[in-house]
Amino acid sequence: MRVIRFVLNGDPVETAAPAHWTLLELLRYGLKLTGSKQGCDKGDCGACTVLVGGKPILACLSLAARAEGQEITTIEGLMPLHKSRGGSGADPVQEAFDACGALQCGFCQPGMMLSTRALLNQHPQPSREQIQAALSGNLCRCTGYTQILQAVETAIAQSTGAPAPQPAWARDRELQGQEPQS
Amino acid sequence: MAARDQHGPQAPWGDAFQVVGKPHRKVDGMAKATGQAIYTDDIQLPGMLHAKLLRSPHAHANIVSIDTQKARAIPGVHAVITGADLPTRYGVIPWTMDETALAVDKVRFIGDPVAAVAAVDEDTANLALNAIEVEYELLHAYLDPREALERGEPTIHANKRGNNVSKQVDLAFGDVDEALESADLVVEGDYSFHGSTHGAIEPHCAVAQVDAQGLLTLWSSTQITHYVHRALAHVLDLPAHRIRVIQPSLGGAFGGKSDPFALEFVTAKMAQMTGRPVKMLWTREEVFYAHRGRHPMQMHYKTAADKDGKVRAVDAKILIDGGSYSSFGLVTTYYSGQLLTGPYAFPAYRFDSTRVFTNKPPCGPKRGHGSVQPRFAFEVQLDEVAEKLGIDPIEIRRRNYLGEHTQTVNGQRITSNGFLECLDKVERASAWKERHGKLPSGRGLGVAGSMYISGTNYPIYPNDMPQAGIQLKVDRSGLVMVFTGGNDIGQGSNSVVAYLVAEELGLELDAVRVIAADTDLCPVDLGAYSSRVTFMVGNAAIDAARKLRKLVVQALAEKWEVPEQRVRLVGGFAVDLEDPERHVPSREAFQLAEARFDTLGSTGSYNTPTLGGDYRGGTIGASPAYSFTAHIVEVEVDEETGRIRVPKVWCAHDCGRALNPMLVAGQIEGSVYMGIAEALLENHDMNRFGLHAGPSLLDYRMPTTIDTPEIEALIVESVDPEGPYGAKEAGEGPLHSAIPALSNAIFDACGIRLRHLPFTPAKVLAALREKRAREAADASVSTSTSSTPAV
Ligand code: FES
Ligand code: FES
Repeated sequence: MRVIRFVLNGDPVETAAPAHWTLLELLRYGLKLTGSKQGCDKGDCGACTVLVGGKPILACLSLAARAEGQEITTIEGLMPLHKSRGGSGADPVQEAFDACGALQCGFCQPGMMLSTRALLNQHPQPSREQIQAALSGNLCRCTGYTQILQAVETAIAQSTGAPAPQPAWARDRELQGQEPQS
Repeated sequence: MAARDQHGPQAPWGDAFQVVGKPHRKVDGMAKATGQAIYTDDIQLPGMLHAKLLRSPHAHANIVSIDTQKARAIPGVHAVITGADLPTRYGVIPWTMDETALAVDKVRFIGDPVAAVAAVDEDTANLALNAIEVEYELLHAYLDPREALERGEPTIHANKRGNNVSKQVDLAFGDVDEALESADLVVEGDYSFHGSTHGAIEPHCAVAQVDAQGLLTLWSSTQITHYVHRALAHVLDLPAHRIRVIQPSLGGAFGGKSDPFALEFVTAKMAQMTGRPVKMLWTREEVFYAHRGRHPMQMHYKTAADKDGKVRAVDAKILIDGGSYSSFGLVTTYYSGQLLTGPYAFPAYRFDSTRVFTNKPPCGPKRGHGSVQPRFAFEVQLDEVAEKLGIDPIEIRRRNYLGEHTQTVNGQRITSNGFLECLDKVERASAWKERHGKLPSGRGLGVAGSMYISGTNYPIYPNDMPQAGIQLKVDRSGLVMVFTGGNDIGQGSNSVVAYLVAEELGLELDAVRVIAADTDLCPVDLGAYSSRVTFMVGNAAIDAARKLRKLVVQALAEKWEVPEQRVRLVGGFAVDLEDPERHVPSREAFQLAEARFDTLGSTGSYNTPTLGGDYRGGTIGASPAYSFTAHIVEVEVDEETGRIRVPKVWCAHDCGRALNPMLVAGQIEGSVYMGIAEALLENHDMNRFGLHAGPSLLDYRMPTTIDTPEIEALIVESVDPEGPYGAKEAGEGPLHSAIPALSNAIFDACGIRLRHLPFTPAKVLAALREKRAREAADASVSTSTSSTPAV
């Protein structure tokens, strides 16, 4: 066992974990924050992505002790952090993922949204290629990534007040005079 | 069999829809976005033990002895069990129950579970696994399906015939031989499809708890709660009413969570034995062993056609590698033939499919169950027919169009059919006319078409009860609770039933909540497979809501003293159509109805009408409605390295009415991605010992954001007469034709026909070499014989 002190989603935490535990085990099974997912436990899928000092890392490949003295954000922290900064509702990334249909089974999405949040914090206006590169460590088996990229670009558009990009199916329906309304 | 009312394609009031057809959010979207949704491994119960499986290191062996003494002696170990503790055979198909939770007497693939340990934590359980001693007697391992077909001894499963055949089906319709004889052209060829697996990001997990009265609760990452419920009762020899099965949020399935699995029986048994909750979470490696993925198939096809491109006959012989257990294999074997008879009409058809056992992880249903492989072979062959006859590949598909409200050669009823519109859409969107055959060398476009079922009338175990049931409960607050046995596996079925109930009862979406896939609370549904949920559960939801609506409308009509036609439920209100000033919120309308009648609620159900050909197996693959799809794939082939890049795919899918076009598009995009992935990158392959060649997400090579093509999903709405408001399936059909369209695009790009999956650079280079050699030979023949044309 070793004692670990860090800041988790804005709150100070003092906890203990066996020395061989990963950060993912500490978060999920020790601290019961089960929003971070385990898809492979060996660094291949990205479902366990959390932010350490604002940077995405794979919690399944990091020992719990890595958290010592760090600021860690998990998916559970995104909405409260957004609200604490005066925002309403969930983080715009979460809202955009939901609005664009990007959440199918949702299992990859905590990691996907945290990778997105980290990207947008660093580059508020990334190109399509930058988005693809930033999310290339997060596997999704459901969506074919199309609605995920759509969601990220929607979140970016909303931050600048630009109109959200239109998906192919909606363009096609518009051509047929079946304009979708939300 | 009582076929329920068909609800038809109309909005409940005969005019514009309020909810349906719009890109609403999912009912559980924000729970998933914020990390609040609970998946099976998120469940942590007080005193919970962790269970692990010991798996076979041999592909085929008899178990001589198992010694668990040392494992039991380790502090913190609470139970160790072997096959002797759970000897009852099970299997999803009642006629082919050949699995046990833990191996009894013999193991049949590397990864077959042999023993299980429950301990205070995973580390202790792993320690105990290492302390179990198993002595094996090795048997000949079958890795090649052809060898398994030809050699009977040893058998993988004992059977009366003394062979390794799992299932054989041969059916013929029309005069195939005559057509092969008399047609202008016959194209013949061999095709093969490798194995691929589901790769859901959530690994399988189960948690079992037994209370003081012996009531068993199992939470499981299953896509078919009802079959797990039945299988548990059968294997544990426990009355089904003493078992509750719950599917929490599910992290993807794609068919890979359709079978009952060892972890469900083992955790339940160990919870019974220890009196403590027990969890088992499979590692990613174990998920690859559990498999049930796409069957490898070796296929020989002949297609006979006349000069005008009309297909006269198709003749298929297929060898299916089933892996070590039956799983859904009986159905797979039928599907490999039965589902090819659209979207094209051909007057004669024959198939002969044989599934054999091999000592590999068991195959089963993967998205597009049993029909993706034959579809690949046939669509590539049809392209070759078009090439030989000098007909445009889209045009030949139009000429063979099956039509709507008709029958296939094998006796399947076709209702709506939007295939031609699918072809039109992809042709236009891809600028086919301007670009096909005209792109620079190395770049090309290819087309293919397909059809798929929206559920079938084959209920897996024979019974006359409804295939889908729904229960509605109304609260005085205005809330309607929907209880459905349907499994939301990420495709959004819970959202779909909420949309339908809101539409029928004129409610805002936030006044409808859904409880699903809990056998204590929800009426039976047969689960998420065969793309049946939207069609069947959707119809059941409309049925239930309509009964409820009748009561509410009647109560209001009486109160307002107006005819019932004047009362309309819309937007959270009940309104008098002729005097809209007169309206009450839904809440009050429900209260009135409750006062007038009784505690308010309703049930609804769906059963298929009688369908299918009048012959043995004629109902397998008989669906109340078929979806149709057309793909165009654009490809770039690097002729130096053999690498293939797919910049863009257009997929038009006829899903009947799109109940939510955004969710339909998501299903199309996910399907296209998965098809291209298995065509180019993925391979569920074994080494020469039968060991999985790379049981990790890295080695299995699932595409990332960077590898995935741009996908343009186009929706065609043929509006089916029997679907819920006209809807059909969208989750599996759009995978099929992606793969042959890619092969056909490669032909357009560089003149090579790839008939064997996956399309690796090595195969591309070999085909290019062969093509150059052929061209060189042709050139020398034509120069030496000058005017005589080469035959
Ligand atoms: S669980 Fe960490 S990368 Fe897959
Ligand atoms: S939404 Fe299911 S894995 Fe991404």
